[in-house]
Amino acid sequence: MIISVASGKGGTGKTTVAVNLALSLENVQLLDCDVEEPNAHLFIKPEIKEKISAFTTIPQVDETICTYCGKCQKVCAYNALAVIPSSKKKGTVLIFPHLCHGCGACYLLCPQKAIKEIKREIGIIESGTVANLQFVHGILNVGEVMSPPLIRQVKKHINNTKTVIIDAPPGTSCPVIAAIKNTDFCILVTEPTPFGLNDLILTVEVVRKLNIPFGIIINRSDIGDNKTEVYCRENNIPILMRIPFSEDIARLYSQGIPVVNENEEYKKEFIQMFESIRHPIKRRMSDIMNII
Amino acid sequence: MKICITSQGKTLDSQVDPRFGRCSYLIVLDTDTMQFETIENIFADASGGAGIQTGQLMVEKGVKAVLTGNVGPNAYQTLKAAGIIIYTGLSGTVSEAVGKLKNNELESKDKPSVNSHFGMNK
Repeated sequence: MIISVASGKGGTGKTTVAVNLALSLENVQLLDCDVEEPNAHLFIKPEIKEKISAFTTIPQVDETICTYCGKCQKVCAYNALAVIPSSKKKGTVLIFPHLCHGCGACYLLCPQKAIKEIKREIGIIESGTVANLQFVHGILNVGEVMSPPLIRQVKKHINNTKTVIIDAPPGTSCPVIAAIKNTDFCILVTEPTPFGLNDLILTVEVVRKLNIPFGIIINRSDIGDNKTEVYCRENNIPILMRIPFSEDIARLYSQGIPVVNENEEYKKEFIQMFESIRHPIKRRMSDIMNII
Repeated sequence: MKICITSQGKTLDSQVDPRFGRCSYLIVLDTDTMQFETIENIFADASGGAGIQTGQLMVEKGVKAVLTGNVGPNAYQTLKAAGIIIYTGLSGTVSEAVGKLKNNELESKDKPSVNSHFGMNK
């Protein structure tokens, strides 16, 4: 089973949830797909055993056969090419690597076959273990803007014999979609504040569009207001867990210690939550029992 | 000489648009005859690469110089590759900008005047 952990708003506790869930279960693989700012390793402290470069492709033009017809520029959906046909002597093809999504259209459609794809490094992927937990994360190079290709390459390491937990980046755009796509369940972490709720509603739209079953964890559940609870009830969204605003958790967090390593009660709660994700019918029943 | 001025409106009395790639209108003008053509900038709302596209359009129009408020790095590179002269820092009306060029009051800078994405959400 592959579970992704996402949130619209940043800083709601995605990594806290992903890390603590991973450490509460047996036979787990944790993938940190927040490649712009991976931080799960600070808590997991894995021994990195493999480090590989991640690449994307960009076009390279052979100007000895290019006729500057401009076809590549016209087919590029991301404006990553500019063709300057010069009246006097030869023209120029400008390539803007940071705008290129590596789709290959220019290379496939060049009438002269003057374009080939070359590799460009965008980041690295590190993998390792701690006890019997498998860990993989991607680190995007500084200054790089295109994280989805790296996220997809991190996800190629998915080990289907294990329970896979994916820590997604915050937001609701391409990187999040790359991270949560094709996962079996998505945990949305939120906080009961107006900002938290606003971004939660946007994220719910995204997971619904992707047809991923999902539930909510309300972090710092005893502060803020009850609008998140009301929203979940009105929209039939299961609340999987509530984590209180606790000084203990904050103190451990600041020392890089996951709370489940120190507190068995939380471990039990995370295991229970996982069971409720695996067996949604049981969860519904207990919800009904609670209401009665 | 054929030049282009980025404009917020359709006429020579309109204000110069401070953005290049995402300007509202492009006024392509012949400085000898003062005849001009107004082009609505279809790249103003491009998700990315607006400067490159607008720059490419300038190349296609055969413009020799661009008068605008600011030019970002990608547009700068595109215009430079085509040998188009770039004048930035202009404000006021389009005809005032043309007047400054004719009176040799403008100086072309050899670097972009703003960073990427300057013209977004403006």
